[in-house]
Amino acid sequence: MKNFHALGLGTLTALGLAAMSILPAAAEWKPTKPVEFIVPAGTGGGADQMARTLQGIIAKHELMPTQLIVINKSGGAGGEGFLDVKNSKANPHKIVITLSNLFTTPLATGIPFNWKDMTPVAMLALDEFVLWVNAQDPYKTAQEYEAAIKAAPDGTFKMGGTGSKQEDQIITVAIEKALGKKMTYIPYKGGGEVAVQLVGGHVNSTVNNPIEAVSQWRGDKVRPLCVFDGKQLPYTDKILGDLSWSSIPTCKSAGLDVEYVMLRGIFMPPGVSEEQVAYFVDLFKKVRETPEWQQLMKDGAFNQTFMAGPEFKDWLTKAEATHKGLMQEAGFIAAAN
Amino acid sequence: MSETSHGTGTGPTQRNAEIGVALLTLLFGLIVVYGSYLVGFGWGADGPQAGFFPFYVGIAICVCSLINLAQGLRENPADLFAEWSQLRQVLKVLVPTTIYCLMVEPLGIYLPSILLIAVFMKWLGKYSWPLTAAIAIGVPAAFYLVFEKWFLIPLPKGPVEALLGL
Amino acid sequence: MFDNFVNLWHGFAVAGDPFNILLMVVGILLGVIIGVLPGLGGANGVAILLPLTFSMSPTSAIILLSCIYWGALFGGAITSVLFNIPGEPWSVATTFDGHPMARQGKAGEALTAAFTSSFVGAFVAILMITLVAPLVAAFALRFGPAEKFAVYFLAFCSFVGMSKEPPAKTIVSMMIGFALAAVGLDMVTGQLRLTFGSEELLNGFDFLIAVIGLFGIGEILLTMEEGLEFRGKSAKIDAKVVLRTWASLPRYWATSIRSCIIGCWMGITPAGATPASFMAYGIAKRVSKNGKNFGNGEIEGVVAPETAAHAAGTSALLPMLALGVPGSPTAAVLLGGLLIWGLQPGPMLFVEQKDFVWGLIASMYLGNVVGLIVVLTTVPLFAAILRIPFSIIAPVILVICAIGAYTVNNNVFDVVMMLVFGVLGYVLKKTNYPLAPLVLAIVLGDSAEEAFRQSLLASGGSIGIFWSNPLVSTIMGLGLVAALYPMISNLLSRLRSPQPA
Repeated sequence: MKNFHALGLGTLTALGLAAMSILPAAAEWKPTKPVEFIVPAGTGGGADQMARTLQGIIAKHELMPTQLIVINKSGGAGGEGFLDVKNSKANPHKIVITLSNLFTTPLATGIPFNWKDMTPVAMLALDEFVLWVNAQDPYKTAQEYEAAIKAAPDGTFKMGGTGSKQEDQIITVAIEKALGKKMTYIPYKGGGEVAVQLVGGHVNSTVNNPIEAVSQWRGDKVRPLCVFDGKQLPYTDKILGDLSWSSIPTCKSAGLDVEYVMLRGIFMPPGVSEEQVAYFVDLFKKVRETPEWQQLMKDGAFNQTFMAGPEFKDWLTKAEATHKGLMQEAGFIAAAN
Repeated sequence: MSETSHGTGTGPTQRNAEIGVALLTLLFGLIVVYGSYLVGFGWGADGPQAGFFPFYVGIAICVCSLINLAQGLRENPADLFAEWSQLRQVLKVLVPTTIYCLMVEPLGIYLPSILLIAVFMKWLGKYSWPLTAAIAIGVPAAFYLVFEKWFLIPLPKGPVEALLGL
Repeated sequence: MFDNFVNLWHGFAVAGDPFNILLMVVGILLGVIIGVLPGLGGANGVAILLPLTFSMSPTSAIILLSCIYWGALFGGAITSVLFNIPGEPWSVATTFDGHPMARQGKAGEALTAAFTSSFVGAFVAILMITLVAPLVAAFALRFGPAEKFAVYFLAFCSFVGMSKEPPAKTIVSMMIGFALAAVGLDMVTGQLRLTFGSEELLNGFDFLIAVIGLFGIGEILLTMEEGLEFRGKSAKIDAKVVLRTWASLPRYWATSIRSCIIGCWMGITPAGATPASFMAYGIAKRVSKNGKNFGNGEIEGVVAPETAAHAAGTSALLPMLALGVPGSPTAAVLLGGLLIWGLQPGPMLFVEQKDFVWGLIASMYLGNVVGLIVVLTTVPLFAAILRIPFSIIAPVILVICAIGAYTVNNNVFDVVMMLVFGVLGYVLKKTNYPLAPLVLAIVLGDSAEEAFRQSLLASGGSIGIFWSNPLVSTIMGLGLVAALYPMISNLLSRLRSPQPA
């Protein structure tokens, strides 16, 4: 297969070069054919939903002259999608949305890629994590739940999460470290499934993203205990009774010193020009101003930090170091690394 | 494949084919066992390790392949798997298809598809050139419209499409 | 209960709007096309069209999208029957008897039976959603990993065990399926396994690629071996075929009811349409008095899997609406759509968005009726495809297969894999290895292993979890009975008949 690959690469590069030479010398670059939007995760997940919403918003408001086409490449915990982008050198008609697997997949599986192999475009938002328990359980606050975990033998409490050696399990390990007690982590395929397992009483708690569990909260099936962010969430719309996202305390204030947010960012293949990056930064700035995007942010209680350029790169460097530290402590680094 | 190795005049025997397949599955089983060994096949602290299931699956493949091998050896050596003339028919499809599949990577899907349909119609069907050309070009063009324009699914493309600016 | 009917009546008023009916026809037609093209599944189709629906009202949008879903369910059967290529995973079991029927010149009958059974299955599932939605939602919540594993176990046991082929070959075939399913990322430990450092194998072996190769390409090779002639041949197709087939279908009422129950249950749990179709086929094969003839073009062998698949596909929407957990990949994409339209699926949807929910349920009734009419009128058209000479249709099928294999993962390597599977399918078939267990193992192997290991994680490694409550014990027990059934029935018949001297 190596030969074919080399051939494929060759043609791709040739394609890229051809495209570059055809382009007018004007400073403002515009896509000239459909842009592929790689989702390194399966259909229906959080990243996929965000990508398809972006596709819809861009099509509806005609923010781009050509179409945006969402393509899922979920193999190897997203490694397949990232490798595709990494290998599409200088192709400006390809972007990828990332989740935490940008950092965790290469560390946990040894698949050879790094965010530095791609061109960072912008951070769209940060996804929050909330500690949830079943509403029928007696724990009203994070403190009560922590006390119960501490009082029971190791492994009594079951934490459900999405995937293995990814964000949910990293948070679980951090909680274990903070409390000095082991929990039993059970991985599931998707966030929605995790929330339902909690409602069904098959696990004791989850660290679902807000959007994955909000409907169960509205139905009074699950209860949020604390949010793993430095500050409380800003959204004050009532969700259950008088409660809103803003009424959830931070985990730190509840005695659980764990902070974690997940990147929802956009990258391009390596070797693209500054104008091309600038075009997409500008595009996503326009997207952020649409009412549909605002609604998505509110529904999912996202942290709306936007970054691009050197600021974004700094953030990525720090986040990578944090992940490496967390994964090293948890023993999640693949033997090959 | 094995059936082409030991002929008995009018075609490969069923016996040889059975033996060949059993050896192939045995090889596959061994690869699976080895792969499972690489990731660990024990029973860890929290249930089975990644290689636990594949390991025993591989073992089962190996054991049953040996049984099939033994049974294959007992087959009547006179029975035929297929006649040579039949296999030639199969190869008539298999060879162009293989070339087709290998061409998709460098040339994209459209050009090889045109060639494949043309080869089939001209070589096997003996149709006239106009009809052959119409179908060979029309069908991939229809797929282009359905997939790329309608459902927005990009199919693999090669240098020719790049020149045409598609 | 009475409330439900009032709401449903109101829902019909919404869904019966001419614009919405038009959307239904468009949706069904698009869905049929999506179902016919292998690789381009219902999930893909819905996902691709989702952004186009943002400007519609949520009710119209969900009607369009769910009709694409029905269309895909209907359409999956078409290529299975005509070319032995399942367009969708759940129509694999339909090939077992549907394609032999087509070869005997009964493609029209097979398609009519498939479409009608699909309709019956879906209709029963919608009735269930209308009448007992909340109850059923509560039942679905009781399914943790152990219960899910038990369901997969039952699916395997009810399908496997009665094949004519030698047991060692059946086991090899199934184990190869398990091994192929294991390639790629291990979900429970997050490790890569059996990839041997290859980037192409990261994705593992997708079931559809294996099926397109084993069945589709394998079939073409077999056809070539038997001489250049496509065996379907021109069957006379007219409206009478539809009517004649309809007249023969009531005979299989027992199979239909059984398949409906299996389908509804699998759709809710949510194991999905694929295990449902296999399970229904396997059980029908055992129970039916024509069971011995299954695989040779028995119409009951088309009725059973199609009814179950469509019942499961439809009832899979219930957990999505009531719990926010999708019962199928397509449902997962629809779920994303709901969120975008500002509808939160989950316990409160039935309370807060009555118009939407009952509009959707009403559209399920109407959509399936519209769908049945649309697809039945296409039967002659599709059956006519078999009259196209082999030297034209064969390369076109090969191209469709290649495109199908590519679109599953957008990976060119899969096209080559498809060819390898094709040769494998030809050789295995010629050497009497059954292919169905291999396919079943690829489909369910991963999920079954995942559920098994999740259960063991929860129980701290104790196997006892599979007997820990009445629900899981019952399903496991049923599985064991199904597995041992051949032996039991053998024993019984031996006891009954006198020993030969």
